[in-house]
Amino acid sequence: MQQTNVLEYLEKTVLRVPDKLAFSDGQEGLNFGQVYHDSRAIGSYLADHGYYNEPVVVFMRKHPKCVPAFFGCVYGGCYYVPIDEEMPRFRIELIFDNLKPRVMICDENTAEMAKTFDFDGETLIYSQVSNTAISDAALADIRDRQLDTDPIYIVFTSGSTGVPKGVVACHRSVIDYIENLSETLNFNENTVFGNQAPLYFDACLKELYPTIKFGATTYIVPHSLFMFPIKLVEYLNEHKINTVCWVVSALTMISSFKTFEKVKPEYLHTIAFGSEVFPIKQFKLWRAALPEAKFTNLYGPTECTGMSCYYHVNRDFELDEAIPVGRPFHNTQILLLTDKNQLAAAGEVGEICIRGTCLTLGYYHNFEKTNEVFVQNPLNDRYPELIYRTGDLGKWNDRGELVFVSRKDYQIKHMGHRIELGEIEVNVNMMEGIHMSCCIYDKASDKIVLYFVGDKEMKELVTILREKLPRYMIPNKVIKLETMPLTANGKLDRVALKNQFEASKKEK
Amino acid sequence: MNEMIEILENLHPEVDFDTCTTLIDDKILDSFDIITIISEINEEFDVVIPAEEIIPENFNSAQALYELVTRLSDE
Repeated sequence: MQQTNVLEYLEKTVLRVPDKLAFSDGQEGLNFGQVYHDSRAIGSYLADHGYYNEPVVVFMRKHPKCVPAFFGCVYGGCYYVPIDEEMPRFRIELIFDNLKPRVMICDENTAEMAKTFDFDGETLIYSQVSNTAISDAALADIRDRQLDTDPIYIVFTSGSTGVPKGVVACHRSVIDYIENLSETLNFNENTVFGNQAPLYFDACLKELYPTIKFGATTYIVPHSLFMFPIKLVEYLNEHKINTVCWVVSALTMISSFKTFEKVKPEYLHTIAFGSEVFPIKQFKLWRAALPEAKFTNLYGPTECTGMSCYYHVNRDFELDEAIPVGRPFHNTQILLLTDKNQLAAAGEVGEICIRGTCLTLGYYHNFEKTNEVFVQNPLNDRYPELIYRTGDLGKWNDRGELVFVSRKDYQIKHMGHRIELGEIEVNVNMMEGIHMSCCIYDKASDKIVLYFVGDKEMKELVTILREKLPRYMIPNKVIKLETMPLTANGKLDRVALKNQFEASKKEK
Repeated sequence: MNEMIEILENLHPEVDFDTCTTLIDDKILDSFDIITIISEINEEFDVVIPAEEIIPENFNSAQALYELVTRLSDE
């Protein structure tokens, strides 16, 4: 029978290799038998206590045990919503407002912190609920009712109005993604992943699901190692990690400090990267250090489950060239649409729109935002068919490869994270004493620059902002102005600010 | 030393860099910060910090960073 549930991956693998290490952080690990047991125990608890078809917040430190907590929610017929202690309090509150969750799974550490949340639901402790007696009948009954169009998880992404949007994904799109990603990157049971992505983003699907599909192993690389390049490479070697799917900034952190002259990743043969432009100078250092390895550029929005396009790097690039986004995965189509909603000709710029099973269900509790970007295919006036409008502009190059050009709006990619500059501005403007603010992004130096007018000191402003926004959204430079430059129509003159910033860089 | 403090204050205006000696141990600096600091040091002092010096001990305080830069520029 055709697979309709992601848990089938785990159930097949646990029969084959129950004792094999599945997830580890290098110190503590879980084998597939333990993942299977704990997931079913947590699912049983949820079923026994009447939680069904609703969001379950998973608030745990990044640890192998997060994985059974996720799958436990799916066993219970619910969907998991990972949040993290690194998220600022204000953001967590916005997420709770959107979800209205009745139940949350914590570990011992985070349970203390969770007590201070404005949350009147039930708080479960992993070490307790993972010991629940397994109710085979209840789990079988849930499975019987579960469809492949039912949600598995919600992950939150930056929203320009200041409110994060929860992207809801279902079994079917995740299965479609994992099957095609695995084939493209040749994952198998010998794959040893080194996970870098936070577990509260869709980026971690690349390791989590292929691991249970193939009976592979994932090491969750400690966050702190990404500051210390030599230690990081030593960790990869110690655990014989052969596959990484990392943001570019994590890879260039290693290459830019001549780490390869001291130590090289000995086992690494598959390197996938994405989310931002890989500077060719840095890429060449990787290529030279690991000439036999396969390098693949990935591209895709959270709204289409993960990655939608791939490009196996198979030729040399000039220093000022960008590595193409390439071609869509099997069973995914890219439509490049012009302003007139027509297909862009070769070389012409158009908005990257995505068609296929990979489309997620939309934004949780937000039909308005969903309907803005999950729209009827304008090329089809015969029957309902949704496409996702990414807001990214791209073009087909003369080799027939898709190339990313820029954004339509003020969304940026910074350190691998997708950020709406508008969200930063909204949060600054909310502060008392602030009259006006404007964020620009300087691509060359990868810096977010905030300009503001108001009665506040820079220090105070940044301190308040840190309570509201995740670290990666905090501006790298904050500049106080007497007046804000405006265009003839009275709008913020972003171009003038960009020019001003360019000029100030040259003065240095 | 003042230039070093300025680089750090640009990243974390809320921290007192004259006294703090646990920038790494207390997770005040993260990987974004480390990369920024290294590139700013390169621009400001014309010093390249090699990979083997990117270790927690050298980044725990403004003083440690300053000593590192002084040592590297003497070499």
